[in-house]
Amino acid sequence: MTAAPTWTVGSVRDALLTKKTSARELAKEFYAQIERRNPELNAFLALCPERAYAQADRVDAAVANGDALGPLAGVPVAIKDVISTQGVRTTCGSKILENYTPPYDATAIERLENAGAVILGKTNCDEFAMGSSNENSAYGPVRNPMALDRVPGGSSGGSAAAVAAGLSVVALGTDTGGSIRQPGAYCGIPALMPTYGRVSRYGLIAFASSLDRIGPFATNISDASTVMSVIAGHDSKDSTSAAVGVPDYAAEMEKSLDGLRIGVPEDYFGAGLDLEVKAKVQAGIALLEKLGCKRVPLKMPHTDYAIATYYIVATAEASSNLARYDGVRYGLRVQGTTLMDMYRKTRERGFGPEVKRRIMLGTYALSSGYYDAYYLRAQKVRALIAQDFANAFEKVEAILTPTAPTPAFKLGEKTADPLQMYLADIYTVTGSLAGVPGISVPCGKTSAGLPIGMQIFACHFGESRILQLARAFEKAGGFSI
Amino acid sequence: MKISREDVLRVAQLAHLELAPEEVETYRGQLDKILAYIGKLQELDVSGVEPMTQMRPQGAGGAHQDSRLTISAQGAAASGAELELRDDVVVPCNVADAVLAEAPDAAKPYFRVPKVIER
Repeated sequence: MTAAPTWTVGSVRDALLTKKTSARELAKEFYAQIERRNPELNAFLALCPERAYAQADRVDAAVANGDALGPLAGVPVAIKDVISTQGVRTTCGSKILENYTPPYDATAIERLENAGAVILGKTNCDEFAMGSSNENSAYGPVRNPMALDRVPGGSSGGSAAAVAAGLSVVALGTDTGGSIRQPGAYCGIPALMPTYGRVSRYGLIAFASSLDRIGPFATNISDASTVMSVIAGHDSKDSTSAAVGVPDYAAEMEKSLDGLRIGVPEDYFGAGLDLEVKAKVQAGIALLEKLGCKRVPLKMPHTDYAIATYYIVATAEASSNLARYDGVRYGLRVQGTTLMDMYRKTRERGFGPEVKRRIMLGTYALSSGYYDAYYLRAQKVRALIAQDFANAFEKVEAILTPTAPTPAFKLGEKTADPLQMYLADIYTVTGSLAGVPGISVPCGKTSAGLPIGMQIFACHFGESRILQLARAFEKAGGFSI
Repeated sequence: MKISREDVLRVAQLAHLELAPEEVETYRGQLDKILAYIGKLQELDVSGVEPMTQMRPQGAGGAHQDSRLTISAQGAAASGAELELRDDVVVPCNVADAVLAEAPDAAKPYFRVPKVIER
């Protein structure tokens, strides 16, 4: 068990403005914590103290001069190791990028630093974000700070563990099929997957381009909303980022819930759902009703097909995206007698088993003779799943479900059976396929003390709605229901 | 459908993966099981369904435009979330040195690879 995180975005700001601490002192304090805890948790793969202290000094100078401070001034941040950071090693949890140092910063990184954030380092994750337990990292698994014999979830397990253990105040993760929300649920912290296109992906190393999104982990909803307000918005460097204005999340999230219709799809509460998880999420929904929401039963009939759809769409895209790792331009090269020999040896040595499995599955689904039966059919079912969401949002303003069917499982429990591992994402992949935003918020614990997550979906660009519900839930004590 | 050793070897070749002999059987069994599960997609009638080839979220509409909550600061509902093309202008991109510095083998301004054409 770990000491609860003590700093928030707000308390950092107050401490800086009242000169109780400096950004440099704070960074030092966090690095000392990381030094103590990381050998056990394995949450960080790389630290960048030079960059962090230089940024902290800029913040401290601004405080000394009485200059306006950015919304994240002095806030220690951790970054999932699939997001490019100039001059800081970025491995994607893979041996194939073991010595790769990006020559540029992702837009999300630029925006965080422009807002005053102090980037401490890069967090562990499943290789190329492919996994639900963080056990697919080439650099060893992360341990769940709430229960060290358990996985932190994945793929953004390092970012979730860092925030939950108080090793950073907030963190960025990425979500392709549940990789922000599921580790958020397992580690007991809020974790937000924004709408597809809400946050620029320039500098995000691609896994599945029609699904990948960057989003925040935090210990409270206000911090999550502050990070969103910083990283959201159009970016001319990412043609898939949407030219949709960013609302004032801090103001929106405080609005009354009175009369909001919350949809509860029965398809998310059936066989396979842990009974303790079910009971807590039902209690969470009852709390929102007490706060003025109206509960509406829903049917989302294609939910049961989401995992099958996802593992065709995501692996097909991955097989294409990961073709770039061939030993020519960056990363590992294993010498071969011919160019083809070099490609094959490099990829054999550089990729781990799950990445190879997914590349092969995706290649198979796209290959001649199977394309119509798998890839094309999956794209059609994806349209049906998206239609389920569109139909639901005609009737309700938000959809409430469990984040994951069980609490965090034990290290090694599912590694022998890839399909069982995939099913850990059964409630999260639906929203990924539909492009809608979703958050996981803490919703009590099991009798064994393991965190439970409740998921809230809203319509495209409905982050305000999600934050509004999550904030009211938090204020009413829902996190420890 | 059963996945054969030959299927695994064919796919590995297409994907430029060299598999160790013991890996072939492991992947064969796993892919077989995963594809059997994915076979449930065949249960659905998808005739007349347009495949979703692009993810283009639309702005919030209908019930979501209540007076109390701003989904989008500039009215995504009216316009949808159109993807924009940037202006086609030349901007400095002087990154050759930084990029080549990451290459496993480079001789500026080239990446060096094993001989491709035999003669």
